[in-house]
Amino acid sequence: MNAFSYLDLLNLLGPETILVLTSLAALFVDLGALRDQPLPRRWLAGGGVTALGGLLAILWLTNVTAQANLAHGILVVDPLTQLVKVVLVAMLLFTVALSLRAEFTEHVGEYFCLLLLATVGMMFLVSSEDVLTIFVALELTSLSLYILTAFNKRSLVSAEAGLKYFLFGGVAAAFTLFGLSLIYGLAGSTNLREIATNLAGKGTDPLLMVALIMVVMGFGFKIAAVPFHLWAPDAYQGAPTPAAALIASGSKVASFFVFAKVMALGFAGIEGNGAWRQFAPGWVPVLATLAVASMLLGNLAAIAQSSVKRLLAYSAIAHAGYMLLGLLAMSNPHRRADGMAALVYYITTYGLTTIGAFGVVQIVERTGGDSLENFAGFSRRAPLVAVCLMVFMLSLAGIPPLAGFFGKFYLFTAAAGAEPGNLGLLWLVIFAIAMSAVSLYYYLQVLKRAFVAAPAEAAIAPVVSFMERLTLALLALAVVVLGALPAWLLGPIADAIKAAGF
Amino acid sequence: MLAWTIYISFLGAGLLTLLPRNSAALARRLALLTALAGLAVAVAGLIRFDPAAGTRMIADVPWIPALHIRYFLAADGISVTLVLLTGLAAVAGILFSWNIEQRTKEFFAFYLALIGGVYGVFLSFDLFLLFVFYEIAIIPKYFIIAIWGSTRREYGAMKLALYSFVGSAMVLIGMIAAFVVAGHLTGHYTFDLTVLARVPFPASFQRWAFPLVFIGFGILAGLWPFHTWAPTGHVAAPTAASMLLAGVVMKLGTYGCLRVAMTLFPAGVTMWRTEIAVLAVIGIVYGAMVALVQKDFKFVIGYSSVSHMGFVLLGLVTLNQIGLDGAVLQMFSHGILAGLLFGVVGRMVYDRTHTRELADLETMNLGRALPFAAVTFVIAAVASMGLPGFSGFVAELQVLVGAWSAFPKAAIAAGVGIVIGVAYLLRAVQRAFFSDMAARPVEAAAHHPLPPISWPERIGAGLLIAASLVVGLYPQVLLNVISPGVASLLEAMRKGGAL
Repeated sequence: MNAFSYLDLLNLLGPETILVLTSLAALFVDLGALRDQPLPRRWLAGGGVTALGGLLAILWLTNVTAQANLAHGILVVDPLTQLVKVVLVAMLLFTVALSLRAEFTEHVGEYFCLLLLATVGMMFLVSSEDVLTIFVALELTSLSLYILTAFNKRSLVSAEAGLKYFLFGGVAAAFTLFGLSLIYGLAGSTNLREIATNLAGKGTDPLLMVALIMVVMGFGFKIAAVPFHLWAPDAYQGAPTPAAALIASGSKVASFFVFAKVMALGFAGIEGNGAWRQFAPGWVPVLATLAVASMLLGNLAAIAQSSVKRLLAYSAIAHAGYMLLGLLAMSNPHRRADGMAALVYYITTYGLTTIGAFGVVQIVERTGGDSLENFAGFSRRAPLVAVCLMVFMLSLAGIPPLAGFFGKFYLFTAAAGAEPGNLGLLWLVIFAIAMSAVSLYYYLQVLKRAFVAAPAEAAIAPVVSFMERLTLALLALAVVVLGALPAWLLGPIADAIKAAGF
Repeated sequence: MLAWTIYISFLGAGLLTLLPRNSAALARRLALLTALAGLAVAVAGLIRFDPAAGTRMIADVPWIPALHIRYFLAADGISVTLVLLTGLAAVAGILFSWNIEQRTKEFFAFYLALIGGVYGVFLSFDLFLLFVFYEIAIIPKYFIIAIWGSTRREYGAMKLALYSFVGSAMVLIGMIAAFVVAGHLTGHYTFDLTVLARVPFPASFQRWAFPLVFIGFGILAGLWPFHTWAPTGHVAAPTAASMLLAGVVMKLGTYGCLRVAMTLFPAGVTMWRTEIAVLAVIGIVYGAMVALVQKDFKFVIGYSSVSHMGFVLLGLVTLNQIGLDGAVLQMFSHGILAGLLFGVVGRMVYDRTHTRELADLETMNLGRALPFAAVTFVIAAVASMGLPGFSGFVAELQVLVGAWSAFPKAAIAAGVGIVIGVAYLLRAVQRAFFSDMAARPVEAAAHHPLPPISWPERIGAGLLIAASLVVGLYPQVLLNVISPGVASLLEAMRKGGAL
């Protein structure tokens, strides 16, 4: 399909186009019409415009069937990418719903514009199988998120977080670009599948290994895997809470999805071996190392946190470790679909859970701060929100029948089954399960404050808007329902993967 | 029909959370009603159970097709017995927590959620489903102990939660490995326990998978040396939770050992049974000896649970009919008797005297102040020692007979454990209720008369004593359903390479 009309292109890129137009609309509505209006009204209008655009995009994604692979993977649209895009836009919508009562900035239009642009970047990321467009999309996402992190101009922490995120991100992007250029030099192509074909038979060329590690560095930064995680705790803590929620959910989803494609498609053939005591160089042992380090450091460091946002950041690092198991499960081409399904289920449910957790933190923050002490007696100050918090925390810990449990279970089963003959990656699964047992401790610490401890003398009941209540209740319901009936999400995922021929 | 025990409990828990804030009396009645309904279903299930027909299917629908997981509930004689135990313990526990005034509806909501999870475990024949229910039972335990507990409650609750979670993590590893290996061997991926039991797992795999899963479940059963959560957890827990913990939650562990670890990995049992028998006997003797020197009344009962659960574990690894019958019967018997003992100590005594130190109780002349408590405790104690006529005697006797043919030395050591058991219980009875020091100058009881034993307590105690007596006097009522279940499990294990 080399000759294509602009109409076809619009058909393929409809959702992205809608969101870009919405971002402009949000900007103009706010700058043009609402400049003198009171702030709450401007938030409402901006949020309304954004939500409308998001809903239109979801409608488009679910109703317009399109499948194409343009210009050697520059733009790939298939049921799987459409599904992941629906997830991304849904996460944007939840983030918007949680932003409506925000007070951290007067630049409402810019804020929503950046949220939308970041989402558009993520959607392009999902839709490309070409290292050049992947890099461009990565940069669009990253730059929007850097600004969002630093958006609270009244807070020094926010500025520091933004700068730190930006500097680390810039360096990581440079490494990625260097790695990608080496790959291009070795393989003579920027298309992932062609790279794999051209690299076949090169074995473990040292230059290839250097390139591989550099690429992994860039993505490792995006997914906050140890040792590229240093920005995460500061960014999560300093960023305005809804922005942190998007960084922790949507950005994770898109990055993991494309990371999986780069590894499983682009580096197919140089997996190496990750089985215990049979290690051989390739991307599997590299990612296995990152996974072990992330799970270990994330879970142990989370125990020591007193700020719940930082706790969530370290928990996100640990979860990145678990999710890497999904990538490893894709190392066996025959079982790739299983690994992909497990990964998509996990990142989706994890994203929903994290947005919810940040939503609760945002409410608690209004009563003074996000430290564990501020959660004391929360169940008696805001019972419904506290129940939602319990659902999110227990899901993150992996307690059935919540989505976090089944996500982990499927991921671990897929990883253990990647080499069913010799249970090659079972050692990693054992490590992951052991670490998730550790994680229960710190999630329970939060819940202990909320449900067991008595409220402090001066504690006040937080103001919770109707929209927040609704959003959190919806998210908690989704976590429970998707956990109890995972087939509702797994069915569409499996169909999409099959249709996409992944 | 038995599945309704699960649904009723969760429904009750859900309804309770919807009640308005200050409705303690209503919450109690609703909880009791729910538990009674569960018990009624359990009793009906036992009566209608036809042992000759084998395992009874309850529900079997596809649940998660991607992993071939099914919602598969069924019951054999062992399940039916333990479901009945859960029903009895649930009702008694609610009667013994009639005096909970703080956050009443939350308490009973957590309580019923825990009960629902327990029923679910006993009725699941799909390994994944069993595990889900098993984990559902962990979290309510944490909150019940941490919110309504006493001595070092947050520590005890966290320790219990983490121990349980580590145990279930071990089970989870074994379960995933078994799923993958079985699928690779037979080309048929499944979590169906009846199918997995027929998979010939390689011996090299069973060598490590069996101890992993067995110990994983064993942690919750109080298997020595992983028992340390039990005394602290029991002591920290509010009365009803101690009754449930000792009464049914520890049974989840032994049930898992039998239903999952032993049936899936029969060759593994053969490889490791001696080691497990040794641990079980150490648990019996060590638990009894530690109980002998406790200063806190509740710790005596806490350690006695470790000791009595040792009999269950010993009975399991005898791998003969009579030993396994005894093990299952002992699960039932200990569930009833431990519940009763904790009820007396926690509700009848501690809630009135506000102390559990044996040294303080000695001065209070409780034998006179609370005659009902004293009589109940003496009955529970002699039943627990193994007096003929009560359930404990039949159960432990069968375990000992079974052990005698499998591990004669272990049987002798366990017999010693019984003797020590008599000693610590008599010591506790004597010091708590019938001490000579009671006539000391300051008569606390005279100045502050203790509130009399209330009706819910009397009914709860009566229910448990009656259950123990019925099974003790006519054990066939349970053995008739247990034996065929055990026989078919043993048969399958023999085919799979166990002895």
